[in-house]
Amino acid sequence: MERNQLRRQVALTRQSLFDQGFLDDQFIQLEDLQDDANPNFVEEVVTLYYRDSARLINNIEKALSVYNFLSFPSLLDFLVQQHFYIGAKKVKAECTLFREYCRAGNGEGCTRTFQQIKKEYATLKGKLEAYFQVLFHLMLPLSSLISQ
Amino acid sequence: MAAVATETQFHVLAVDDSLIDRKLIERLLKTSSYQVTAVDSGRKALEFLGLNGDDEHGDSSPSSVSPDHHHQHMEINMIITDYCMPGMTGYDLLKKIKESKYFKDIPVVIMSSENVPSRINKCLEEGAEEFFLKPVQLSDVNKLRPHLMKGRCKEEDQPSSRGKLWRKLSTLLAEQDQDTTRAWKWCYPNSFPISNLPFLNRFDTTGSKKI
Repeated sequence: MERNQLRRQVALTRQSLFDQGFLDDQFIQLEDLQDDANPNFVEEVVTLYYRDSARLINNIEKALSVYNFLSFPSLLDFLVQQHFYIGAKKVKAECTLFREYCRAGNGEGCTRTFQQIKKEYATLKGKLEAYFQVLFHLMLPLSSLISQ
Repeated sequence: MAAVATETQFHVLAVDDSLIDRKLIERLLKTSSYQVTAVDSGRKALEFLGLNGDDEHGDSSPSSVSPDHHHQHMEINMIITDYCMPGMTGYDLLKKIKESKYFKDIPVVIMSSENVPSRINKCLEEGAEEFFLKPVQLSDVNKLRPHLMKGRCKEEDQPSSRGKLWRKLSTLLAEQDQDTTRAWKWCYPNSFPISNLPFLNRFDTTGSKKI
């Protein structure tokens, strides 16, 4: 059946997000909280994540442009925190690196890592958006994608 | 009649200024079958609890409370709050709750995204039951049940009405003077337990025999 094939494909896409290191266990924790009564929970959380992350990245960019390192600690903590919630592995790693550079006062390192953060974030966002779009169109329940 | 153990849901008040955090903690709590109310600040939490300002400290004089100020104390079994919040931090909220005579026995749990030992100790010393590191997991929420059950059991240990009656009787009898006792015994010689304090003292406040 064509539908079965599609389902398999989406399941593979989901698995690749983990295999390629984009997402970690925290994402699975989120999926576990989704059920029939809350069928869009993961997507809702991820949407909030986009919103908050976009705002934070914006703030950090502004701060970087004036080399305002002092305001970083709190901004950074928030940023790293966000990525924990949905298990954004690669972005999290870049953020941690960014925080180290900031603490060391390494301006060039900061700017470089920040560009990486934006890149990884954009990549992840793209992949997640595509994933959720297909899920939505196929109206697949999560349980059918997760292999036991 | 003895207090009846009901199967009512535990009601948890969640406090966090971040929407994503509120969403997560609310979902985690609801998954564990708790009733949840989520607010976005310490101030709103206090309002919800019916603690407005500082008229809850110890014994406040009635004149400090306006005549038509009606305290509506919500039935809450636990409060879980973020530490870092603008305005009133989770620690400030914890202190205010512990100072309140109505809510000081309600278990309070603090959440934080940072693992700062001094912060954790400070909160635990102030009376927080648990300190969770974010992101909070389902396994953390499962740790809450014993604290909630403890609170509920305390209610069930209150002396039953029968115990209250015994206490009242023994108080009355102890206050009774000898003349009254003698007169009573003369009138009603067969009313043995009522007039007999030693006999009454062999039972404790719940009406069970003392060892």
